[in-house]
Amino acid sequence: MSLDADVVLQARALRCQRAGFSLFEPVDFTLRAGRLLWLEGDNGVGKTSLIRGLIGLGSLQFDSLVFQSRELPQAANSLRQSSRWLQHASGLKMKLSVRENWRFWAAVYRHAALDVESTADQFGLIGLEDQRIEQLSAGQKKRAQLAMMAFGSPLLWLLDEPFANLDKTGIALVEGMLAAQLARGGAALITSHGVLGEKSALAAHAQRLLLRPAKLEAPDA
Amino acid sequence: MRSAPEGLFSRWCTLLLAALRYELALRLRNHAALLYPMAFAVLVAILVGLALGPNPEKLALIAPATLMLALLLANFLSLEQLFVSDVEDGSLDAIAASGQEWVPLLYAKALAFWLTQGLALLLALPILMLLLQLPATIAPALCMVFMLLSLALSFLGLMASALTVRLRAGAMLLMLLVLPQAVPLLIFALGAIQAAGLGSGIASPLLYLASITLLLVVFAPLAAKGALSQDVGD
Repeated sequence: MSLDADVVLQARALRCQRAGFSLFEPVDFTLRAGRLLWLEGDNGVGKTSLIRGLIGLGSLQFDSLVFQSRELPQAANSLRQSSRWLQHASGLKMKLSVRENWRFWAAVYRHAALDVESTADQFGLIGLEDQRIEQLSAGQKKRAQLAMMAFGSPLLWLLDEPFANLDKTGIALVEGMLAAQLARGGAALITSHGVLGEKSALAAHAQRLLLRPAKLEAPDA
Repeated sequence: MRSAPEGLFSRWCTLLLAALRYELALRLRNHAALLYPMAFAVLVAILVGLALGPNPEKLALIAPATLMLALLLANFLSLEQLFVSDVEDGSLDAIAASGQEWVPLLYAKALAFWLTQGLALLLALPILMLLLQLPATIAPALCMVFMLLSLALSFLGLMASALTVRLRAGAMLLMLLVLPQAVPLLIFALGAIQAAGLGSGIASPLLYLASITLLLVVFAPLAAKGALSQDVGD
């Protein structure tokens, strides 16, 4: 197994179990800097569990899992600190404004240079900075959440359904964000049911990984 | 990973301040959660008065204990809320996933709870004293005792909520976990109030109360951190 300097995440025989049953067939992948890994698979196959497992919110089994030439689980915390996770829940406080939410997470993510106005501008939330999250639409909440992905310029993005709830400009926005992340040498692992258009500039940097459901009669618990 | 201890210290300060601001804004915006425990404490005092009937001697005997119990239970009512919303909106997972320090965030949580809920209950104190016909002379002692008690309870509650955060029926278990641990606090708090009523020095029971509080303030966030990081696997 060769490990180049630009390998961000490399997995060998990665598996995930729930209640003693394997969710998907063991997978291998290598994610390099500037590349995008597109996780595909049917509902319930374990895409979200895989991502949660990577950041330590669930258990994963593997023959080897290497983050930046360090093996997990030793590198678990460095993986967490260098990655940003977009989850299904928003992580935003409904009673607080966009600005208040961002300020808190900017502190958590060591993003000292938070400029609320320009971030709002970039994410189409101009004029909504001081609105409470509960007053925003689902798509606007998603944008507020997406804006935090770039806080602290993380190396790795783990985006679970980044395109959900977004309109066309929102989708273009996410594609632009992803392109910028890859261009500055970051990497991204995303799950989505949408199809990445062949025309999209991202397609050239993307690799697909299909999760297949594991056979039910082979629980190795 | 972390280089200089100064770096860690300033990092903790940044996190603590940011989180304190966030938690305080969140608590102050939830008016109902601030008012219900006050109303609850007042109701308990009224019910005790009604149950006892017109009997000032008996009331004088049990008034301090009733007051403390009313405040204690009212404080617990809102403890359950400490992590529930963080679980629901995913922010607890997001913090775990960030791999950042838990401890300053937990301090901010407990302190914000104390500053809002503790002070709100302190405002109910005059009404409670009036209802229970407690002499105004013991008001300063009561305030001191209650501020210490609610600080201790905030940190005790932080620890217990962290332990029960993902359990169903966690609220009930939380009560069962925390109430026994509140016994020494209750004993010294009542000791101080009794001493104040008799006009003797309250320093000694107050110091005991303060020392237990200090222990909780130092160790409860560490215990809560242990419980929460265990909870997310690893």
